Amino acid sequence: MRGILMDTVVRHEQARPGYPPGDLAIWIFILAELLVFAIFFAAYAFARSGQAELFNHYQATLNRDTALFNTLALLTSSYFVVRGVVAAREGNNALCARWLWAAVAMGGLFLVIKASEYADHFAAGVSLSSNTFYMFYLSLTFFHFMHVILGMVILAAVAVKAGRDGYSPDDHTGVETGASYWHMVDMVWLILFPLVYVMR
Amino acid sequence: MQYQSQAVAKPYFIAAIGLFVGQILFGLILGLQYVIGDFMFPEIPFNVARMVHTNLLIVWLLFGFMGAAYYLVPEEAERELFSPGLAILMFWIFLVAGALTILGYLLVPYSGLAELTQNSVLPTMGREFLEQPTITKLGIVVVALAFLFNIGMTILKGRKTAVSLVLLIGLLGLAVMFLFSFYNPDNLAKDKYYWWWVVHLWVEGVWELILGSILAFVLIKTTGVDREVIEKWLYVIIAMTLITGIIGTGHHYYWIGAPEYWQWWGSIFSALEPIPFFMMTVFAFNMVNRRRRNHPNKAAVLWAMGTAVMAFLGAGVWGFLHTLAPINYYTHGTQITAAHGHMAFYGAYVMIVLTMISYAMPMLRGRTAAPSNRSQVVEMWSFWLMTVSIVFITLFLTGAGILQVYLQRYSGDPLPFMVVQDKIAMFYWMREVAGAVFMVGLIAYVASFFVGSRDPEATAVAGDSAAA
Repeated sequence: MRGILMDTVVRHEQARPGYPPGDLAIWIFILAELLVFAIFFAAYAFARSGQAELFNHYQATLNRDTALFNTLALLTSSYFVVRGVVAAREGNNALCARWLWAAVAMGGLFLVIKASEYADHFAAGVSLSSNTFYMFYLSLTFFHFMHVILGMVILAAVAVKAGRDGYSPDDHTGVETGASYWHMVDMVWLILFPLVYVMR
Repeated sequence: MQYQSQAVAKPYFIAAIGLFVGQILFGLILGLQYVIGDFMFPEIPFNVARMVHTNLLIVWLLFGFMGAAYYLVPEEAERELFSPGLAILMFWIFLVAGALTILGYLLVPYSGLAELTQNSVLPTMGREFLEQPTITKLGIVVVALAFLFNIGMTILKGRKTAVSLVLLIGLLGLAVMFLFSFYNPDNLAKDKYYWWWVVHLWVEGVWELILGSILAFVLIKTTGVDREVIEKWLYVIIAMTLITGIIGTGHHYYWIGAPEYWQWWGSIFSALEPIPFFMMTVFAFNMVNRRRRNHPNKAAVLWAMGTAVMAFLGAGVWGFLHTLAPINYYTHGTQITAAHGHMAFYGAYVMIVLTMISYAMPMLRGRTAAPSNRSQVVEMWSFWLMTVSIVFITLFLTGAGILQVYLQRYSGDPLPFMVVQDKIAMFYWMREVAGAVFMVGLIAYVASFFVGSRDPEATAVAGDSAAA
């Protein structure tokens, strides 16, 4: 068993010499970011355990349809990013740039939808001080919102460089770095969405 | 020294060390007043001694930052300073204004100083750490603007590096956040709210950028590790610093009348503030282990490593101790805060300034890279004396704080403040002894500039390099 496992690891590393993909520094940053979110999620769970009824009540006021749509937008954007990385690996910079810009556009769509959700909440008089559920809902989603913006900035910077033919099959660490960060932003939403919008 | 104009850093460093000595002197007076309440009264009452102790710290650190910037920026930008004359002029203005302010504190009753300096025209005095007369605050703004102009022009006209850019953002933030010291609303909750924008966003925000860039600079110079590697770490560290530090301001908003959500925001984000400091520790040790050469100035490398460790302990660990709202409910404003304050300021900001002085001073005094061996031995003694004694000061104050929290706020039969102060006097005495040892270390530090200054320069020992 152990031999098979080792073989797998070795083959895996041979197949992908640059593991983890992208720059090591971004992985340290990603881990730190995940830690922030993890603590936030844990705090949410802790606070909810004391006032489950309140949480359930106000959770029902959220718009799950738009949130589902946003989930699809982010998943699609991640798919586009994957295509962008493949294009870069094959040395097709122009194609890589196009996929990345498409991903940025999906990120933009996410922001627009989320902003309209916020507008509805604010129109209804919801604020950070309304109650503990809304405090967590607004804090968590807004903190994630800021990460989507940061991720878009990173992807755009990579796309610009790709547009200038800045990567090659041998040297496209930058693309993988940006992609890793974007997938983290996507993944956090995949936890946030069920946790805050759906789970009761 | 690669550029003539770097020499302007020297008077800044000398003034910084001079004021440092003054700060510690008043620290000793202050420490004694904790146990002998009327010591030096009425000449130097407790509130004045405390004001001088903290204000001198801020001012000498600012001298240190400015000196560091004047030394570092020409080398990074690869050109002479935009205006060395302006730098010298600002030095004298800042020194004279600072000296007059301290004399004002000592010679005139504080209310008299407020009257003398026309505080009523634009009232800004009377708030902790921002006690300076309004006119001094204006002077600080003028000096900061001229300094930023000088540094900014040098960077703009020369090579732009991550180190100098991060430094510039930090210095710019320092100047911008200071402007909130002029905002003094009547509402006490609001006053405190924005007061922290100066106090917290300095030490847990923009100053950390200054710290990071100076540390990166010294590590690039002393280890010979590729700039690219060091800059990448610098970016990751400052990003984390800003994410955690800015929202971490919330840990000051728990009990001052700010909205309740700050208890969550402040607890969560400030709990993560140790991370960038921990990264800094890992980063510094990693770079030194990967060094391509042995720098002959071992004392400077020691200070740099010391900064990375002590900043993590003082700012990171001791900050975390009392940052969560449910714990802070009991500990705020006790000796726990004082313990954290001492080790954090020493570990992060005192040590980074001393790192830079240690690295740059030999060149400013005509050496090629390092002071003599004898001088370095004395300097390293001073490093250990000061560092170990600050650890003890911190431990004694932590002990005092824990006891204070228990007796005054936690036990079933809480005692009044002054009764508790009597009961924890033993800790204050021990702190004072540790403070005296710190003073010995500081004297050794000053002496290191005079010992062996005619001896030949120290050279690197070729054998013990890990990478060689």
